[in-house]
Amino acid sequence: MTAPLMETRDLLIKFGGVTAANNVSMQIWAGQNLAIIGPNGAGKTTFLNICTGWLKPQKGKVLLEGHDITPLPPRKIVRRGVARAFQIPQLFTEHTALENLLISAAAREGLRNPLQNLHNIAQRDEMMHLLDLVHCADVADRVVVELSEGQRKLIDIAVALALKPRLLLMDEPTSGVASSQKHEVMEILVGALAEAGVTSVFVEHDMGIVARHADEVAVWNAGNVQLRGTPDEILEHPDVIRDVIGEEVA
Amino acid sequence: MTDISQNSTSSRASRRPSARTLLTLAGVLLLVAVPLIAPTMQLLINLALAKGIAVLGVTVLLRAGQVSFGHALFFGISAYVGAFLVASMPGADMMLVLACGVLGALVAGLLVGLFVVRYRGIFFGMLNLAFSMIFWSILEKFYHITGGADGIRLTRPTVLGLEMERGGFELVIFYLSIALMVGLGWFTLRWFVSPVGQVFQTIKTNETRLEYLGLSPRRVLLSGYMLSAGLCGVGGSLMAMTQGVVTPEYVWWVRSAEMVFIAVLGGAGSVRGAFIGALVYEIVRIYASAYAGDIWQLLLGGFLLVIILFAPGGIMGIADSLIHRKGTRQ
Repeated sequence: MTAPLMETRDLLIKFGGVTAANNVSMQIWAGQNLAIIGPNGAGKTTFLNICTGWLKPQKGKVLLEGHDITPLPPRKIVRRGVARAFQIPQLFTEHTALENLLISAAAREGLRNPLQNLHNIAQRDEMMHLLDLVHCADVADRVVVELSEGQRKLIDIAVALALKPRLLLMDEPTSGVASSQKHEVMEILVGALAEAGVTSVFVEHDMGIVARHADEVAVWNAGNVQLRGTPDEILEHPDVIRDVIGEEVA
Repeated sequence: MTDISQNSTSSRASRRPSARTLLTLAGVLLLVAVPLIAPTMQLLINLALAKGIAVLGVTVLLRAGQVSFGHALFFGISAYVGAFLVASMPGADMMLVLACGVLGALVAGLLVGLFVVRYRGIFFGMLNLAFSMIFWSILEKFYHITGGADGIRLTRPTVLGLEMERGGFELVIFYLSIALMVGLGWFTLRWFVSPVGQVFQTIKTNETRLEYLGLSPRRVLLSGYMLSAGLCGVGGSLMAMTQGVVTPEYVWWVRSAEMVFIAVLGGAGSVRGAFIGALVYEIVRIYASAYAGDIWQLLLGGFLLVIILFAPGGIMGIADSLIHRKGTRQ
């Protein structure tokens, strides 16, 4: 049996009296589109922060294809193929959408020629294609602060995809997006991930999104994985309906 | 944000380059003609150009949103390296003096930079100031080596092996300063729009994303810090060879503050602004001190206040808006 793409073993982290990760052991398999759900404060974002090296666990390990990456800083984990998209888009606010992607591509390829114009790098067409993939090609030359929250979310994810990761961890990719546009944003996103062949893990509060776009769901509670299964299994589970959803999904 | 290099998009910047380029060219030609049309201004302009190159170093850091109140350190180190070199090797070539001075500034930039790039904002600015003042104290106290407050004479270096008279040497260093202003200005503009320069400028807006692009923000800042130290080194070396003496005043905090002052005056973050600011500053300083000896600093301070309050883009910002207004009218 092949090793999981990413695996955590007995992760423990406490903030004062709060245990945000309580001996979390979990596997993420290549090709998955895994959703993480759970009430606020359950430790979902903390889990992503540990997996990407932003937080160091007090106990436990994070393995990437069997290699221990726990002590590495985020930049070294990124270089091993793990990218991150954020709940609040982390973009270069004085740059245009295209420039954000070009900078990402330049970072991926290594910063070499100090006299070449960023706009002339070899990856420009590739980045335009990526912008097209997330339906943002028409705003390529606009400074990102001028864009809608939904567009910024998509560009944030495109910036992560520009790194050509094997695994993308996303924190609430549709939060802040108008309800009417959430499914559209997610459709675009899942399409882009499928074309890029990227395994993804996303934290989500909207159960409609989870039901339609995840192929597996992990339910987080009190800093640990309470349940794991297909969306149908999880969203019909009485504990989930009671603790997470509050009411049954239509 | 007004300079052509200042906006991150070359497509945005390229909308109005022609008037600026022509004005820049005219300005450079005017400088080239100074020894013929206004020889009495040659020394003053030479000092302004040397200062302008050093201010360019401060400008580089401003692009990353960092202000250094101690960059005179590299200005002074380069000048002292040159002075020590000429003292130990009489007749050393001016290019060797320049190269060794810049090398000294770069080494110092690396050593200081490794420490200060861990900090941002006011801590970054004040730590730079602290390092420059430590060096100033060393220069003042180690009198038997550094000459203390009197400094060290930098006897005229040779030019390609030729010993030159004062007038000839001043002409050579004047044109060398213009060549370096054009060359380093062009390089810095290109660097700003390159992937390396663009990544450097993201320090100002989002270090978290930078880390999640697989880059070390500290290393990125260090690369720009080294460039900035090198530019200050070029300025310091030119100033030392022009004046023929180096003193601890080269690294005094007022010199560092003056660099920041000029950068803001010219247009914070603007390459052309660094030189225009230096020229305006030197001219105002010289004439104000001659005609208003008691209040010239007050005049300069007032001038800066007006710039900050009414023209935050500095002289380049004013020039830009004039060009833009003219373009719109046409």
